[in-house]
Amino acid sequence: MTQQETYKQHISTQFNAELEGVKNHLLEMGGSVERQLNDAIDSMVVMNIDDAQLVIDRDHSINQMEISIDEECSHILARRQPAASDLRLVLAVTKITTDLERVGDEAAKIARQAIRLSETSPSPSNYVEFRHIGSSVLDMLKKVLDAFARLDVELAVEVIKTDRMVDKEFRSAMRSLVTFMMEDPRAIGAVLNEVWALKGLERIGDHTSNIAEHIIYLVRGLDVRHVELEELISQVKESH
Amino acid sequence: MQHHSIDISALNRPQSAGTQEAQTALAVEGLNLFYDEDSQALHDIDLDIQKKRVTAFIGPSGCGKSSLLRCFNRMNDLVDGCKVKGKILLEGENIYAPEVDVAGLRRRIGMVFQKPNPFPKSIYENVAYGLRIQGIRKKRLLDEAVEKSLRSAALWDEVKDRLDDSALGLSGGQQQRLVIARTIAVEPEVLLLDEPASALDPISTLKIEELINELKSRFTIVIVTHNMQQAARVSDMTAFMYMGKLIEFDSTDKLFTNPARKQTEDYITGRYG
Repeated sequence: MTQQETYKQHISTQFNAELEGVKNHLLEMGGSVERQLNDAIDSMVVMNIDDAQLVIDRDHSINQMEISIDEECSHILARRQPAASDLRLVLAVTKITTDLERVGDEAAKIARQAIRLSETSPSPSNYVEFRHIGSSVLDMLKKVLDAFARLDVELAVEVIKTDRMVDKEFRSAMRSLVTFMMEDPRAIGAVLNEVWALKGLERIGDHTSNIAEHIIYLVRGLDVRHVELEELISQVKESH
Repeated sequence: MQHHSIDISALNRPQSAGTQEAQTALAVEGLNLFYDEDSQALHDIDLDIQKKRVTAFIGPSGCGKSSLLRCFNRMNDLVDGCKVKGKILLEGENIYAPEVDVAGLRRRIGMVFQKPNPFPKSIYENVAYGLRIQGIRKKRLLDEAVEKSLRSAALWDEVKDRLDDSALGLSGGQQQRLVIARTIAVEPEVLLLDEPASALDPISTLKIEELINELKSRFTIVIVTHNMQQAARVSDMTAFMYMGKLIEFDSTDKLFTNPARKQTEDYITGRYG
């Protein structure tokens, strides 16, 4: 039996349905956040104010999802006293909703920067770095949601590795943006807006990496928060 | 790119049936129960039991939960010196009205007790018993009803090849499901369950709980249980009783996550007494 299906095997079909429900609702929320991020990045790159405004307007529904899924989790805890993998699923889900909600917030912030940038002169960088890091982060988010759906630890580890790369790329992007500011002080305002948006992407990478850690906890029962990458990889290998 | 707003309707649906508007099956109005002059078991109980929902009564021993349950099919009539004041309305009719036929009432409101009490007859005859009393004689009708009831009680597959064996040869969990099958064979409107799983092992208990969950689409179910977690697992609505009074009555989700009364909180968190 694969691990994915074990939560469907309780004698109580109602309990099965509740666990499956909370899992599906989290994936729905993930899908919505993914779209928010995609639209926010697009609105920045093509300077589409209408799209940016839509991302900002939709943020509250992401917040609602967080509240509603957490409520489901508290009901399951109170009514079912879940144990072992069921308990880890509920705990992981409440933590993942927090990170997803923060990703949603960052996407809305990026959309606000896009609106601000459209009001000033565009950044001289052509958003090359932003585009690049944006697509990495979006890919991470997709993968981490897949990893949750399939309880795929390998994929979760890959996301954590990618986050370390994104952090490096962020630092190099900052250096290049500083160069733009030094070259043309009139562009400082616009470039700073881009810096804020980039910082948002970098934070999204961190939240995505946190989600990957929660997935490792969910599947293997290993708490790999605040652990160095090499140590994390070896712990995951040993737990097999 | 699409820009329709995010659909969160799936998340807004009620968490459980308990939060939906429901019709009332049994309405308790100002109910007081006295076992004799100076011992009052229930004090001014007001509560509505919703149709096709599971309502659980919880509370410490002697809090009156079983007494209240027994009021619903007038089991307390059998106790000497027992007096009831107030009303219980079944579909709007007071079951304590003088003209009420108590046997008929108990057909509409069936009861299952803590200890499985199958009759010393065959499995088949146990389930067919109530129907025979109703005057049903046709073998085909009886066969159908027995099979249907045993299936509903999730027992059919385990006993279908030995329907003529004695019911006393079944395990405790099977006997309890047989008693439930016997009770639902006469198609009551309400099922009263008094500690239905307290004499059973954990797996048999879960099977009974799963059965309750399946039966609630057809019957209104009222369950008394010492096991708070069981109440949390099976019920839509929960009533907490203490010293013969109804302290709190709310949806199970609400009562077990955020009770309104401190007494309830103390009891469900194990701080009572």
